[in-house]
Amino acid sequence: MIEAIVAQPLLAALFALVGLSLIFGAVLGFASERFKTEGDPIADQICDLLPQTQCGQCGYPGCRPYAEAIAGGERINRCPPGGESTIQALANLLDVEPLPLDEEVGEEKPKSVAVIREAECIGCTKCIQACPVDAILGAAKQMHTVIESECTGCDLCVEPCPVDCIDMVEIPVTLKTWHWQNPTKTADIIATDGGQR
Amino acid sequence: MSDIIFKLTGGVHPPQNKHQSIQRPIAQADVPAQLVIPMSQHIGPPSTPIVTVGQRVLKGQCIATAESFEGAFVHASTSGKVLAIEERPHNHASGMPALSIVIESDGNDEWQRMPAMENWPQCDRQTLLQRIHEAGVIGMGGAGFPAASKLATDKPIHTLVMNGAECEPYITSDQMLMTERAEELILSCELMMHVLGASKTLFGIEDNKPEAIEAIKAAHAKRGNDKIHIVVIPTVYPSGGSKQLIQILTGNEVPSSGHSSDLGIIMQNVATAVAAYRAIVFGEPSISRITTLTGEALAAPQNIEALVGTPLSALLEQAGWQQNLADRIIIGGPMMGYTVTDTQLPVTKTTNCILVPTRAELPPPPPAQACIRCGLCAEACPASLLPQQLYWFSRAGEHDKLESHNLFDCIECGACSYSCPSNIPLVQYYRASKAEIRQARRDAKQAEQSKRRFEARQARLQRLEEEKTAQRAARAEAAKKRLEEANTSASVVDPIQAAIERAAAKRTSAAAPATEAVDMIAKLEKRLTAAKIKLASAESAGSDKLVPLQEAVDKLTQQLAEAQQQAGDKP
Repeated sequence: MIEAIVAQPLLAALFALVGLSLIFGAVLGFASERFKTEGDPIADQICDLLPQTQCGQCGYPGCRPYAEAIAGGERINRCPPGGESTIQALANLLDVEPLPLDEEVGEEKPKSVAVIREAECIGCTKCIQACPVDAILGAAKQMHTVIESECTGCDLCVEPCPVDCIDMVEIPVTLKTWHWQNPTKTADIIATDGGQR
Repeated sequence: MSDIIFKLTGGVHPPQNKHQSIQRPIAQADVPAQLVIPMSQHIGPPSTPIVTVGQRVLKGQCIATAESFEGAFVHASTSGKVLAIEERPHNHASGMPALSIVIESDGNDEWQRMPAMENWPQCDRQTLLQRIHEAGVIGMGGAGFPAASKLATDKPIHTLVMNGAECEPYITSDQMLMTERAEELILSCELMMHVLGASKTLFGIEDNKPEAIEAIKAAHAKRGNDKIHIVVIPTVYPSGGSKQLIQILTGNEVPSSGHSSDLGIIMQNVATAVAAYRAIVFGEPSISRITTLTGEALAAPQNIEALVGTPLSALLEQAGWQQNLADRIIIGGPMMGYTVTDTQLPVTKTTNCILVPTRAELPPPPPAQACIRCGLCAEACPASLLPQQLYWFSRAGEHDKLESHNLFDCIECGACSYSCPSNIPLVQYYRASKAEIRQARRDAKQAEQSKRRFEARQARLQRLEEEKTAQRAARAEAAKKRLEEANTSASVVDPIQAAIERAAAKRTSAAAPATEAVDMIAKLEKRLTAAKIKLASAESAGSDKLVPLQEAVDKLTQQLAEAQQQAGDKP
């Protein structure tokens, strides 16, 4: 063995390297099959940050497709319901610069819910079909109503309504939901400004 | 007697200003003409009104109920008529309206008490808890946590801590209660211990209330209950915080995100204990409270026992309100209180102080300057947090870091803001951040729910689509199979061909009767002609068979007529 190596050092080195690469190749190949990641973990993480209104304002049919698009390189500022905070969170996750919200897709609005003016509803079921989260209850030629707790405020039911009986109503602040606000930001002053006060 | 006390971490020493309001004994407020009783005086779901507009109610009559111990019963504070049940401005930091029952007083102040339970030492825990619940007793120290809910803990409790610290400057309502109603207070300690099954009481009083300490010690000596320990603690803000007082009295810290009951300790404010005692022994629900009226803008600062629902203005008038001097009205103390502008707001079960300072006394906070990282806030923090770090994270909106720096252990005492040389309103940032984090958690939960519903819908639509496609494919497959079978085996009749044949056969069979009739007529005509020829030849020959031949001709003629008629009927 030793003699063979000494006699043919070049060949011996070649065999050793080829042998090693075969072994590691096999191990890596096995590992990539055995520990295969299901789905797209980046898209999953992005999807978790999106507000899940499924409104499609970003131009994609739902939050998941947009998350996948972002994972594929789409800009992160196309989600109006998420607004600044979502853009910030996405920027942190993906380690990119936060961009201002793309005005082309819409503006950040206060959270609201759809409310059907029930007296005017003709029971056409068009809004039911449009609702991405099945938050509208009703049947053909029966009055429809929105399950308020499930409504994401995505606006998608407003457009299809033939009699325009759906309003987007801003969720009012109540005694239960009220909370303290941050102090209003004043101009930064320093101790020596005291004299002019 | 274990009078060992432990040191509080942090804390500040703001000017006490308690002497102004203890110069006079507790006064009784007049019954106002109209009372506004809010349904959300406590922490928990709002109470549900059970009276109707126009109904006459008696003092102490239940006017709103709660389903569980999480809520609180509400009672009419005086006798009179229900004027309205509607949203009215509420005495709350938000300044938002709350559903309230408005009662017009009839001036009689006619009582309707619950049955007194003088034999309470023989009553079981559940009965007593139920009574405390039905009497609408809530934490009167300021938080308004329903007392029955707190006392109904299922953890074993060995120690009751009575909170007589009253550490916030200016407020003296508990102090006056301890001074004037010490005997009742000692009895209420016994009652609380009985309800909890606790074996001892630690009664903490700050050393800046010598009269109260004296009164309580005298009452204690008179009663002679060695399970109750009166512990005098040094004056430091915020020694009256639940976790802080427990730390001072027992040396144990309540675990982060835990409750004092985890340590086998339950704390009650003195006013709450007395309210529970009165509910049980006298059957009087919680309809009034002692409120401190103080501040330099009042000519006669004092403590007043006011009915719940009394407008602030009535009390302010009673205490000599000098409107020209008053700068603002603060509900609660200078450290944790909130400013209100409406003087018609009602006194609630948690209104322990109405502070009306002059501008010189409590000037508006100067503008905040930059943080100089002096660290005084960290020294002041009674919860051993890092206020400075929390401030930066709060400004940057870094929720993760705020949580990992235990923002939720902040008791919002304001010691950090008080100690800050740059006048940064630190505690406001923490309050806002806490709310933001809670909101973010709720939003995340909602988003998760929406996501699940969206995915379920997508799955359903896809399933329906697949089912449709599958059905279509199955039908196509079946048709193809039949066609193949028809082609391969001749014995099997092609249904279409068979149908065509059947139709043809039917057409033929429909035509048949007509043909038959025609044939019949032709045959009969032939036989008739033959018969007529035979008759003619017989006549010419003069045969004797003339009569039968004539009969045969007649019969055939008749048959022919019948056949023709039939054929005519059936075209």
